[in-house]
Amino acid sequence: MNAVALVLRAGVRDLARNRWLLAYGIGLATVAELLFVFGGAGNQVVLSLLNATLLLVPLVALVFGTMHVYASREFIELLLAQPLPRPAVFTGLYLGLALPLAAAFLLGVGVPLALHGAASDVPVGALVALAFSGALLTATFAALAMAVALGTDDRLKGMSLSLGAWFLLTIGYDGGVLAIVSLFGDWPLDKAMLTLMLGNPVDVARVLVLTSLDAAALLGYTGALFRRALGGISGPALAVVALSLWCALPVFLARRRFLRRDF
Amino acid sequence: MISLDGLRKSYGPRTVLDGVSLALEPGRISALVGPNGSGKTTLIKCILGLARADAGRLLVDGVPVDEQGRYRARIGYAPQAPHFPGNLAVGEVFAMLRALRPGAPVDESLLDSFGLRAEWATPVGTLSGGWRQKVSLGAAWLFRPEALILDEPTAGLDPIAAGLFKHALRGFRAEGGTVLITSHILSELEELADDVAFLNEGKLRFAGPVGALLQQTGMRRLEPAIAALLRGLRVESGAVA
Repeated sequence: MNAVALVLRAGVRDLARNRWLLAYGIGLATVAELLFVFGGAGNQVVLSLLNATLLLVPLVALVFGTMHVYASREFIELLLAQPLPRPAVFTGLYLGLALPLAAAFLLGVGVPLALHGAASDVPVGALVALAFSGALLTATFAALAMAVALGTDDRLKGMSLSLGAWFLLTIGYDGGVLAIVSLFGDWPLDKAMLTLMLGNPVDVARVLVLTSLDAAALLGYTGALFRRALGGISGPALAVVALSLWCALPVFLARRRFLRRDF
Repeated sequence: MISLDGLRKSYGPRTVLDGVSLALEPGRISALVGPNGSGKTTLIKCILGLARADAGRLLVDGVPVDEQGRYRARIGYAPQAPHFPGNLAVGEVFAMLRALRPGAPVDESLLDSFGLRAEWATPVGTLSGGWRQKVSLGAAWLFRPEALILDEPTAGLDPIAAGLFKHALRGFRAEGGTVLITSHILSELEELADDVAFLNEGKLRFAGPVGALLQQTGMRRLEPAIAALLRGLRVESGAVA
């Protein structure tokens, strides 16, 4: 087994027994179960799950990830004192954080879906899109958490930056977009809106799931634009590419910081 | 075995190591001493590649070390505040370390002396500070390294474990091992050390045998000798009249 796999295995073994991660998975499962029981038709359940995913996944990945990196500081030093190349240690640590978080999400949402999915009229494409978006958002925000925690030794500052990033990307950004729409409503904003939507991974994930639901009425203004401008297969394909690029960016940043910094 | 040649390190405007040159010889225990913030931990981290020096060279057996850090296979390191993933059992930590260096010779004598086998299934996060220190020292010792770098190794150890460790360290020296050790317990260093390196404000103010330091300062013990060195420096800099 190579160094990446060994560091990854240690991370997975540690986090698989982590109480907070267990609580996260159970919490998601409870929300999904309640939505299936009380949430109405299939599309509505997916929409409610989507909203919960878009808020919760980035928050948990950022807060948990930031705390985890700070708590692992001495373990990172121990690993770096071994005859291992730094890039391998980084990859192992990152995957050892992102994979257990993504697994908690997929199991938390996936088990109730598997139990109720066949009986409900939830489109399979939407479920795949939701799972893919949640997993990739987890990978994106876990990397962002690592980039933040590796960028400052001040834990309070690191946690504040992570919470600030969560607020900006999940709430603040949409507020800004709404403000632009209301201020410049008389202008042709179609292309600007599309660009703005691609400028935030949370919005990209939202659009990806919404377009897969094939429910134009639910898409809202920007979603409808997205579908009209990039109808058919190219819309979701563009969203998948954009989401992947959004994931690569913080991974690149965190890796660069890890390779350059002093421990 | 390990030589530092003009090592320089700054964090922003603060110079932490200012041209440190030092040789650590096989079969000798070198004590790294100095006031808080003098650069001891940074020096250790530069040797291990955890921090990168701005200038200067690190040589192992006269050869500059490579970027891949392969030389670290020859060094065992016990940090000042050891922490391992809290949910891993003690046995899992050692299994991971062994898997990271397949084929390397293993020496579990220190694990056995410390009685770590009894805690093999215990999650590391539930161990006391002293037991975590035992895990850390056992890990540093595991691959029978040629050099040991120990940052406050007996902090948190009970007297029996500290005694066992010091005995093992003497054996390691007798077999030609190289040791760099820091401790705030100067009596302990006096017991163990052959050489002293005294660091103050990033500069190496003394490096040589313990006997030479005692002779230079006219003291009989290490503690007053270090204090005399420090006083001399303060007088030099005009901080104390």
